[in-house]
Amino acid sequence: MNDLHARDIVSFLEEQRNKQTLRFITCGSVDDGKSTLIGRLLFESKSIFDDQLEALESDSRQYGTQGEKTDLALLVDGLQAEREQGITIDVAYRFFATDRRRFIVADTPGHEQYTRNMATGASTAELAVILIDARKGVLTQTRRHSRIAAMMGIRHIVLAVNKMDLVGFDEAVYHRIIADYQAFAADFAFRSTQAIPLSGLDGDNVLHRSAQTPWYSGPSLMEYLDTVDVGDTSERAAFRMPVQWVNRPNLDFRGFCGRIAEGTLHPGDAVRVLPSGVQTRVKAILAGFDAVETAHPGDAVTVTLTEEVDASRGDVLVAAAAPPEVADQFEAKLLWMVEHAMTPGRQYLMKTACKEVTATITAIKYREDVNTGAHLAAKSLGLNEIAVVNLSTGAPLVFEPYGVNRVMGGFILIDKLTFETVGAGMIDFALRRASTIHWQMLEINKTERAAQKHQSARCIWFTGLSGSGKSTIANLLEKRLHAEGKHTYVLDGENVRHGLNRDLGFTEADRVENVRRVAEVARLMADAGLIVLVSFISPYTSERRMARDLFEPGEFVEVFVDTPVAECERRDAKGLYARARQGGLENFTGIDSPYERPQAPEVHLQTPEMSPEDCVEAVLRALT
Amino acid sequence: MLTLEAESIEIIREAVATARNPVMMYSIGKDSSVMLHLARKAFYPAPPPFPLLHVDTGWKFAEMYQHRTRMVEESGMKLITHTNPEGVAAGVNPFTHGSNYHTDVMKTQALKQALDALGSDVVFGGARRDEEKSRAKERVFSFRAAGHRWDPKAQRPELWNLYNTHVKPGETIRVFPISNWTELDIWQYIHAEGIPIVPLYLAAERPVVQRDGQWIMVDDDRYPFAPGEQAVMKRVRFRTLGCWPLTAAVESDADTLEAVIAETFNARSSERQGRLIDADTPGSMEKKKQEGYF
Repeated sequence: MNDLHARDIVSFLEEQRNKQTLRFITCGSVDDGKSTLIGRLLFESKSIFDDQLEALESDSRQYGTQGEKTDLALLVDGLQAEREQGITIDVAYRFFATDRRRFIVADTPGHEQYTRNMATGASTAELAVILIDARKGVLTQTRRHSRIAAMMGIRHIVLAVNKMDLVGFDEAVYHRIIADYQAFAADFAFRSTQAIPLSGLDGDNVLHRSAQTPWYSGPSLMEYLDTVDVGDTSERAAFRMPVQWVNRPNLDFRGFCGRIAEGTLHPGDAVRVLPSGVQTRVKAILAGFDAVETAHPGDAVTVTLTEEVDASRGDVLVAAAAPPEVADQFEAKLLWMVEHAMTPGRQYLMKTACKEVTATITAIKYREDVNTGAHLAAKSLGLNEIAVVNLSTGAPLVFEPYGVNRVMGGFILIDKLTFETVGAGMIDFALRRASTIHWQMLEINKTERAAQKHQSARCIWFTGLSGSGKSTIANLLEKRLHAEGKHTYVLDGENVRHGLNRDLGFTEADRVENVRRVAEVARLMADAGLIVLVSFISPYTSERRMARDLFEPGEFVEVFVDTPVAECERRDAKGLYARARQGGLENFTGIDSPYERPQAPEVHLQTPEMSPEDCVEAVLRALT
Repeated sequence: MLTLEAESIEIIREAVATARNPVMMYSIGKDSSVMLHLARKAFYPAPPPFPLLHVDTGWKFAEMYQHRTRMVEESGMKLITHTNPEGVAAGVNPFTHGSNYHTDVMKTQALKQALDALGSDVVFGGARRDEEKSRAKERVFSFRAAGHRWDPKAQRPELWNLYNTHVKPGETIRVFPISNWTELDIWQYIHAEGIPIVPLYLAAERPVVQRDGQWIMVDDDRYPFAPGEQAVMKRVRFRTLGCWPLTAAVESDADTLEAVIAETFNARSSERQGRLIDADTPGSMEKKKQEGYF
């Protein structure tokens, strides 16, 4: 950065206030020159003060590995034990700034035994600088670093091909390394990958483009960090804010404090409290001492609501129209971070955004080799091991997949006895929705009810003469659907006349009313998400039309069981035709009352040519 | 800057939401001032639901005590002060006992006494990771075993913004809400928010003596002048504030906040250089932390 004397201090401060912050992680081992490279970035961005440089020079003589040269790595190797052993055992955070951005660097060790440290550093980073020693090329550890970065949700990679000075700035070496890297990194769905040939020791392509690499036309590392676009889409996503603290200084004020995980919020917005589902509106948004008109992802705010609703720490305020899922069974990725092994069945504390619940790993689906990604069978999980697991929680969680939102999908596991942080996890998806959620005021509609049953609501309307086989086919069909796990109900003419419609006779008016009532009941049942099978003579076209109109397009399936009256009369299972012929039954359809044949039924079953089983198959085909 | 602010507010709220008996260390300096301001924002319109704790060595600058009174009034918070009575009885002072001993008795031991008496499980501190090398690896939620000992190996990993705040009886957590702020961030924020600071941060004519190449301000009549030594008036200011005999002034004309920021921006030496306690031995801060120093 330039000296400030000549600059307008006020505009400088304004610039500073709006400066973007980029968080990145550096991955690589000491041998790759990682600490030296970070030391170089700090040094070049003038983040090192004179007294620190003096201390560095004295340290260099005592612990340095660069002979007479100042060992920049000593700037970043913090704890004394590490300095003496020459290894980095923890995550250190460094800060530097340019005119455009401020940077927070998580400096983590690269060895396999420090996978958890790298994951920690990566959890808050937007970009990873992966170091490769130009002499060694892509190594197992390069794959490991890329895999962990991808797992932790990092979408932007800088491939820093370091120590180019030691391979004579050979372009061919550089391109071979890039090709090797791209060959395996394709699996990780990184949004951007920028390779840069550099020398951390001498500073080539760190701050400025180097004369040593005339064949390289890309940006220097600093130029790239300064300009790379890591913008996410959380601004456009639906609003979510975990409630961190309820601020209630007096009876007149009740504010819900938290940091917005996704989306934007304005006064007047319709919001819901999950998991209860209570809906209300935003009255005001406080950011610090000021009321604001808009709040963005990442803002720490206090929200007041228009109604007194019950919400406490761990609940989530969400956009009313687009609530996230709530569940208590998940598939998740899990990184184990302590020596004593994780065994399925043990109960841990699980902390997600502002909420703590008990959780049990119910199954390890497979362990993932951190170097190769290979799936391995596992009964338990040791330090630094990664697995895909099934997880069951003691209370329902409001969540989003980690890949969609880190805040709503990340969690840590805590040992109930020692209180150690033992695991870090990322929710992939819910295995089933929570059954204990009370959606008091949530408008659950037919689609939701049906989706819960893994089906679409339907009304399958069987029409045809008495004895045509409607009930036989409907009952067979119900058995088939039931066996497939569908939720069904059969409304049969006979059943209904015993109860709901027992006040109705067989006059035309009563028959119309009979059909109307049955159609309405079928509609209610379909609204409940059921597949309703109606088995009714329903002789009149207009009544069948009336029934059809009660349903949404595609929901009403008219099945015409077309059996000749002679055949029906021959079967006459209930002896009704005989009674009608004898004059004991008036207005019997097909005898002295008309049956209006459907003109365009969805399914036309011509019995007795078709067996009942064939008929069921025909209806099933029409349902899909 | 806004991200830093939101992150700090989130940390303060999280600690308070999970703590039994939180307290905020208040050292009256610029970092404490920023931390206090953030806490007030976090809980507005309520005052922060915890007291301030000032471990008073008895050797703070007079202007610091004035500022403390003002800020306690303005924030509506309760102030608890503690001075190590054994240290007072033994007459411990930085001149005769040296900086190390004075700091150990009057700050480190005094802090432990105060926290033990309060029974606080969560203690907010204004430390920043950019201050010193060993701080770069400090957690935001830093665990102290019984007896306030800091064991670098027993620290918990911190993923995302999910902090494991569980402690067992006797254990405590030091919470550092402004971990990720740099010195420049602090000054810019003070400027942007109009946060009141002790006037000693701004240059003025002040009586100083030169000791071991550093300017020490003679703040009261306890300064033991060497034979022939006398204070001279110099235009100086302080980049950091502590016990006046242990805090060196820098020569400066920066008498406005803007000028201080310009000076900080162009600075060629780190602020801790003015702290006489860091320079003793390599890794001295690390040792102090293990013993329970902030």
